[in-house]
Amino acid sequence: MTGSAGALFAAVFLACAVEAVEATTIVLAAGTGREWRSALQGVGAGLAALAAVVAALGPAVSAIPLHYLRLVVGGLLLVFGLQWLRKAVLRASGHKALHDEEQIYLREVAAAGKARAERRGVVGDWYAFTLSFKGVVLEGLEVVFITLTFGSNQHDIPLAALAAVAAVVAVAAAGFAVRAPLARVPENTMKFVVGVMLTSFGMFWGAEGAGARWPGGDAALLALVPAVAAYGLALAAALRRYRPRPDAEANPAAGRPVEVGG
Amino acid sequence: MMSRLRSFGEFWYDFVVGDDWRVAAAVIAALIVTWAVSTSGAAAWWAAPAAVAVILPYSLWRSIARR
Repeated sequence: MTGSAGALFAAVFLACAVEAVEATTIVLAAGTGREWRSALQGVGAGLAALAAVVAALGPAVSAIPLHYLRLVVGGLLLVFGLQWLRKAVLRASGHKALHDEEQIYLREVAAAGKARAERRGVVGDWYAFTLSFKGVVLEGLEVVFITLTFGSNQHDIPLAALAAVAAVVAVAAAGFAVRAPLARVPENTMKFVVGVMLTSFGMFWGAEGAGARWPGGDAALLALVPAVAAYGLALAAALRRYRPRPDAEANPAAGRPVEVGG
Repeated sequence: MMSRLRSFGEFWYDFVVGDDWRVAAAVIAALIVTWAVSTSGAAAWWAAPAAVAVILPYSLWRSIARR
């Protein structure tokens, strides 16, 4: 595997793993708190919806000339990457609650326990179905976008798809084996790494699409990735000096809901 | 119908633009500068890294100042 293929695999695998951890937490909450059959029906329907998006967008993305693809996709990846990196730096510096799958799971199970049971067609529990469906589709959309765009830009959609499937299978298998949220996965660190990768590739492709030529060509990525990582770490270190007051510092999440997304 | 369209629009805005619209605006501005400079024949690769170097700390600082 070449360096750029390795970077493609790593970026897609990590992004998919992070989203899969979040989707697995929601599905586990729907299955444990409500009914497994309906929750799994929701997973199936969600995967079918994502497959339809891939089938519709895949050929369209592949048909766009590389020049325009890199401009649009580079710009979008850069926006996504900066969003991920921004949240990761806020969390690493203590200004935002860490993403806690255990807390999210308990909150979803509690909410699921209060909801009214309703049968619709072949779905025995509509709440469990929609909770799973939304979890899979919302967490999966970004993964589909990253997989398609990284794959198209590197002319290797099969490798990107392989990385995505490997990540989803690994996370889902682990989640269902322990029947508990994957709280030990270093999710916040993974999000920082994904933010760095998306920002670096976004800058590289966006600038190339806009007509720029990078010094050293593709090798510029070898400088961009560590430079963005170092900049993110330096910002996190600098912002730690402005952490919230000690009473809030003990639990940065105090008074604020833990986010499900991002 | 209108509320569904509104929810649909809000979902895509949140998906693409996210928490801070200034980040998306800075990215668009950086790509326009890159294109404008590259058409003159000068090196234009620096615009996107420069935009990231400025907008990331600015957005972080605004986020912290609001809390």
